[in-house]
Amino acid sequence: MTSVTPWLRRVLIGLPFLWLAVFFLLPLLIVAGISVAQSEDAIPPFAPLLRATAAGLESHVTLANYRELAHGCLVVYGSSLGNAALATLICLVIGYPVAFAIARAPGMWRHILLFLVMLPFWTSFLIRVYAWIALLQPSGLINRLLLGAGLVEEPLPLLYNAFSVQLGLVYSYLPFMILPLYGSLTRLDESLLDAASDLGARPWRVFVAVILPLTLPGVAAGMLLVFIPAVGEFVIPDLLGGPDTLMIGRLVWQEFFENVDWPAASAIAVALVAVLTAPLLLAQRFLAREGTA
Amino acid sequence: MALLEIVAASKSFATTEAVYQVSLSVERGEFFALLGPSGCGKTTLLRLIAGFETLDTGRIVIDGDDMTEVPPYARPVNMMFQSYALFPHLDVAGNVAFGLKQEGMERRRRDARVAEMLALVQMSDFSRRRPHELSGGQKQRVALARALAKMPKLLLLDEPLAALDRKLREETRLELTGIQERVGTTFVVVTHDQEEALGMASRIAVMNRGRLVQTGSPADIYERPNSRFVADFVGAVNLFEGALDASGLAIPDADRPIPLPGALRVSPGMRVALALRPEKLSLSPEHPAGFALAATVQSIGYQGGQSTVHLATASGLRLRAHLPSHAAQGLARGAAVWASWAPADAVVLTE
Amino acid sequence: MTGGRGGAGFRLGALALGFGFLYLPIAVLVAYSFNNSRLVTIWGGFSTRWYGALIENEKFLAAALTSLEIGIMAASLALVLGTCAGLAMNRFTRFRGRLLFGFMLMAPLVVPEIILGLALLLLFVAAQSWVGWPAGRGMLTVTIAHATVGACFVAVLVRAQLAGFDRSLDEAALDLGARPFAVLWQITLPEISPALISGWLLAFTLSLDDLVIASFVSGPAATTLPMAVYSSVRVGVTPEINALATLFLATVSALVALAFWVMARQERRRVRAG
Repeated sequence: MTSVTPWLRRVLIGLPFLWLAVFFLLPLLIVAGISVAQSEDAIPPFAPLLRATAAGLESHVTLANYRELAHGCLVVYGSSLGNAALATLICLVIGYPVAFAIARAPGMWRHILLFLVMLPFWTSFLIRVYAWIALLQPSGLINRLLLGAGLVEEPLPLLYNAFSVQLGLVYSYLPFMILPLYGSLTRLDESLLDAASDLGARPWRVFVAVILPLTLPGVAAGMLLVFIPAVGEFVIPDLLGGPDTLMIGRLVWQEFFENVDWPAASAIAVALVAVLTAPLLLAQRFLAREGTA
Repeated sequence: MALLEIVAASKSFATTEAVYQVSLSVERGEFFALLGPSGCGKTTLLRLIAGFETLDTGRIVIDGDDMTEVPPYARPVNMMFQSYALFPHLDVAGNVAFGLKQEGMERRRRDARVAEMLALVQMSDFSRRRPHELSGGQKQRVALARALAKMPKLLLLDEPLAALDRKLREETRLELTGIQERVGTTFVVVTHDQEEALGMASRIAVMNRGRLVQTGSPADIYERPNSRFVADFVGAVNLFEGALDASGLAIPDADRPIPLPGALRVSPGMRVALALRPEKLSLSPEHPAGFALAATVQSIGYQGGQSTVHLATASGLRLRAHLPSHAAQGLARGAAVWASWAPADAVVLTE
Repeated sequence: MTGGRGGAGFRLGALALGFGFLYLPIAVLVAYSFNNSRLVTIWGGFSTRWYGALIENEKFLAAALTSLEIGIMAASLALVLGTCAGLAMNRFTRFRGRLLFGFMLMAPLVVPEIILGLALLLLFVAAQSWVGWPAGRGMLTVTIAHATVGACFVAVLVRAQLAGFDRSLDEAALDLGARPFAVLWQITLPEISPALISGWLLAFTLSLDDLVIASFVSGPAATTLPMAVYSSVRVGVTPEINALATLFLATVSALVALAFWVMARQERRRVRAG
């Protein structure tokens, strides 16, 4: 690269590289380290991995946290993944038609609609989740409308259960599905659709045989962008879920803040990263492609 | 009965009239060209025939059936797109088979038809390739095979040669006409390139600003343009503008009127233009018999076998002459010459 | 345009349902913030009393100021780091550790917040006992955490914008005698300014919005606005929170709309000039 002097190059690479190494990579390694430590009633609440004693170095590395996790927490991982997968599918089913309609909207409207999709993303996540509490609670708007219309005898249990968690996930992550779908739909060459219809394909066949296969990268990107954060979600299950709502994010929080068991929380986090590695790698590929496209 | 009948078709977008009151008919087996500058409405007309746009007024009839309300997928018409519009997720054979699949043609017949079509365009060895692995010329052939596979009554070609480089264009033009003769399908081709239209088509319709200006054989269009627009757009032309008098066309650049080709039913005093193709001009150092204009050579553009000589008269009127290069060799810049032509070679344009 | 494709009615329906779903809760929340009744579910007439009550609530006010301060610092830091990173990834196609660098830039975008928060807290605890810095946790640690995540978002936007950037502009400037640093300052950065503006705003709103990471890495002295909201929301819905949420939504929407408008205008100008 000719247009950059060596010291400028060193700054441009070195500054963010060093920062991320210290404040992203190193912390992850520390988490991995603490996940094999023993819990202890001390400050900090775990035993060092190596302790110097009179007899020399004594190792305190243990896999007990992972054993415990495999024992008691597998069901939490299962339900987190299940919840996230269901939310991803629902987002796809809702998001595709919306993205399609936006992509087909006339010029100015397209920008406005896209802006409206992105706006909630810029506003507070917490507030948007909170807004549903007022709608869903037994004396909330939805129940009062249902009661008023005589559709139900008594308020439906809409809040603090699997339904409200699912609703919250879909609601919060829908924009992440719509945006990449919109992107791949607008990149679609209009003449391909004309060609398909010219060759005798009815509208539904045009969708199945041309539009869908050509927007699969967008579908995949959208699904990953919804699925990955949904698996590790904390705020939604915490505010909208009931006591029986099992999500990993919540489990990490509980272990850390309520049980003050840092090694257990770390082990759960490491296992979560392990579970998410495959989709994370996929996501990185898609994001990289979007970034350079 | 004509295969394609367009009756008073009009189509406008927001503020522009893309196609206005166009009527034309195309006979079975013709190689028909829609020629015009970009934005003249020729592509819109093609899209109207294919059904991608709906008419504001008028009718489109194909083989006796009114197509005005028929969606594109149900029309017996196929199109070769300018961008080729090959499906990137399907291989060559899959692209060619696409239309047949929509028809529900059974597998065996479909495979046979695909093979036949690929043989027709000499792409049999490429049937498993993806579009991005093909050269421009190969893509063009696949697009042609795909559009012909359903054996449409009418094949529409949108600027079929525009994306090819010059040398390939010549070859492909010959191939296209060859294939058209072999399959016998009626072709309607849109082009902005007059050379292409003259070289391929059996009949040409020239369009300008959404209107049909002239329809006729290539020779008609070239030799007998009916307007200044056609004369100027189709090939190079020298235009003399002036008023008619008893003996000819009076122009300020000549001391006497230019003789007219044959008898004309026009009233004296009328302002008209006289069009003359550059290859009809001859240049000589001496004043030849009959009418001639005095001019000086401004520049000589060598193009191989032929050279273009740019001339100017004393009053500043610019002319161009196409001469065989050996004839132009004797000329030098600044040389004074006499430009003359046979009166019958000029065309009087009233529009 | 092929108007008929996909059915206009179907598309309108999809838009109505989709946007209805996205905006219904927000609309209800805004409406109830003007409710005169203390009961959040019963309409007691129009009133702005909760906005008045909000202004007098010192807990929220202090938290809002903390959040603003952290947001501005974190976004600015993120802008510097992310711009460097975006430029580096775009301009230098080969250097040692580029793969790792790319991974570190992408991963924070997708790793669950709860892991980022936990990891950073453990780092700060460890660092304090190893090197004595940072002394305790508070605004500084939250700022560092938010800047880290924000930088990755800025880098993505900068890279995307640089990808569509005409390199011959750089070369022309060099050819005309500009030194590399001047090229960066006078040509490249102005050219990618839309990405810089939206990058800063994105980092700022992410910081303003973050609950999970801040909950981990903050100390008792620094309560951010989401933390304050969270602790009162856990207790239940209150009209004051509705008012706060409305104010927040209005401010952010206005800012984002402004940013969009500015960028759209620049884009138009550029298109016209190009």
